[in-house]
Amino acid sequence: MTAPTLVLDQVSLYHGDGDETITALDHVDLSVQPGELVAIVGPSGAGKSSLLAVAGGLIQPSEGRVSIGGVELAGLNARRLTELRRTSVGFVFQSANLVPALTAVDQLRLPLTFGAVEDPRDPLELLGEIGLAAKAKRRPHQLSGGERQRLGIARALVTRPKVLLVDEPTAALDRQRSQDVVALLAEETRSHGVATVMVTHDHDVLHHCTRVHEMIDGRLGAPAAV
Amino acid sequence: MFLALREITFARGRFALMGSVVALIAILMVLLSELSVGLVNDGVSGLQRLKATSFAFQENVSKDAAFSRSIVDREAVDVWAGQQGVQEAAPFGNALINGKTDRGVDVDLALFGIELDSFLAPEVDRGTALSGARDEVVISATAAESGVDVGDTITIEQTGTTLRVVGVMPDQHTFGHVDVGYLPLRTWQEIRAGVREGDPVPDRVYDEITAVAVLGDDVDLAAGDRAAGTSSMTTEESFGASPGYTAETSTLMLIQVFLYAISALVVGAFFTVLTIQRKQEIAVMRAMGASTRYLLRDSLVQSFVLLAVSTAVGVGLGLLAGGAISATSMPFALEAAPIATATATLIVLGMIGAAVAVVRIIRVDPLTALGENR
Repeated sequence: MTAPTLVLDQVSLYHGDGDETITALDHVDLSVQPGELVAIVGPSGAGKSSLLAVAGGLIQPSEGRVSIGGVELAGLNARRLTELRRTSVGFVFQSANLVPALTAVDQLRLPLTFGAVEDPRDPLELLGEIGLAAKAKRRPHQLSGGERQRLGIARALVTRPKVLLVDEPTAALDRQRSQDVVALLAEETRSHGVATVMVTHDHDVLHHCTRVHEMIDGRLGAPAAV
Repeated sequence: MFLALREITFARGRFALMGSVVALIAILMVLLSELSVGLVNDGVSGLQRLKATSFAFQENVSKDAAFSRSIVDREAVDVWAGQQGVQEAAPFGNALINGKTDRGVDVDLALFGIELDSFLAPEVDRGTALSGARDEVVISATAAESGVDVGDTITIEQTGTTLRVVGVMPDQHTFGHVDVGYLPLRTWQEIRAGVREGDPVPDRVYDEITAVAVLGDDVDLAAGDRAAGTSSMTTEESFGASPGYTAETSTLMLIQVFLYAISALVVGAFFTVLTIQRKQEIAVMRAMGASTRYLLRDSLVQSFVLLAVSTAVGVGLGLLAGGAISATSMPFALEAAPIATATATLIVLGMIGAAVAVVRIIRVDPLTALGENR
């Protein structure tokens, strides 16, 4: 068995809400191997997005440790964390969150302008792989919801990240498009050996995943059968 | 650059609207610069073209009216000539008169009375220089453009004195918006004293001049003033003694300062709104690994492109408009240096306004790209 790419070890996250302290994550343990697509399900406010934020280095946990590709995030300064996100982490957001001014192919070029990336994927080829080669010059408002989300996935993959963090990718899609998008995620995860964590409410897409965890009140449950 | 230029192309309507505001400010700025230079030329070009480095006026004379109120004893010239560092000192007289030519053209002149062998003697472009005859006058090129020419005789209304126009100087020579005419000092002294043709002239008339014109580097003006009983001003300081000069230049300067401030605020407000609108997009890019430096640089490049292009368009249109206006009687003058300075100031202050606005990028939290925060 290979070493896990993403490790969360006894991770807790607390934040203040008036006089109260909210526990967003409660001693979470999670390891994701290369090629695994792990789904996190649970009700709103359960801590799913907090888990993605901590896993992606957007926020430091109150307790516990997080590592990506063997690199402990706690020891990194802001500049190194930004560099790690640029080179090793891919984010897929709800509603894709594409830049309105950019064409489809420029959406994929954008992350490569942030700084040096070792062996990036070719934006035009990648666009062909997700079936959008013919729409390379179109801007987000000229694409369907499913196409925008596929483009968002491709944008996250163009830097060949070790970890892919996916936030509700099917929230704004119909049933068929949701299946297509998550199938694409599963295929890319397996074929490129990415460790993927997907937060979702959509139980219809869970059969694409390697395993599923339920999250309730900041606590991550044991993996459930798919 | 990658994102900056693409966003300008994408939101070209929004950027064009903002750019046209900056361009309009640039047009106004160019016109004001040309008007400033024109007013300065109209006010003091006669003084600017004198070789004098300073003027010694009557002691304690009002500084803003020194050329019209000062009376200095002729002997002060010799005292000044003996001061250390003074290459030459010469008597200088100034008086404003109204007259009419023999062809019926009304003419107002600032008469500069000088000694013909002094360093103040003017060069002429047409006609002849002053030769020593008491009734000769050489006039500014701008007076010639107004209908006075070589061979005309000007009769001064106040005294009835007649002056023959013998030469025309190159370029504009004006003082207090009035064309300059050079004439022999003695004639000037008689006119200033109000001596009419044929009247006896009291001896004291020839002892009085407006100021001592001094030529020399590193002259100790205070020491010269103590010795001669005068109050000195450098030639540049003496511009303030030209009628209306300080009021005109300070008014225009105030308008220009307000324009720069308005421009910086308008650009700052535009980029503040733009940055707020882009907050989610910026959060997403920060989450993806864009550094703060990358995002700031991109926004500042965008600001610079907007400012540079719109200012260039505005300056071009301003120059065209200025060219058309300068054909009228308005005091417009085109000079590269003030326009270049004003253009650079507009861009630099605009960039400062933009920089203050886009700094809020630093405060955009990448966490807002995720989940419920959207």
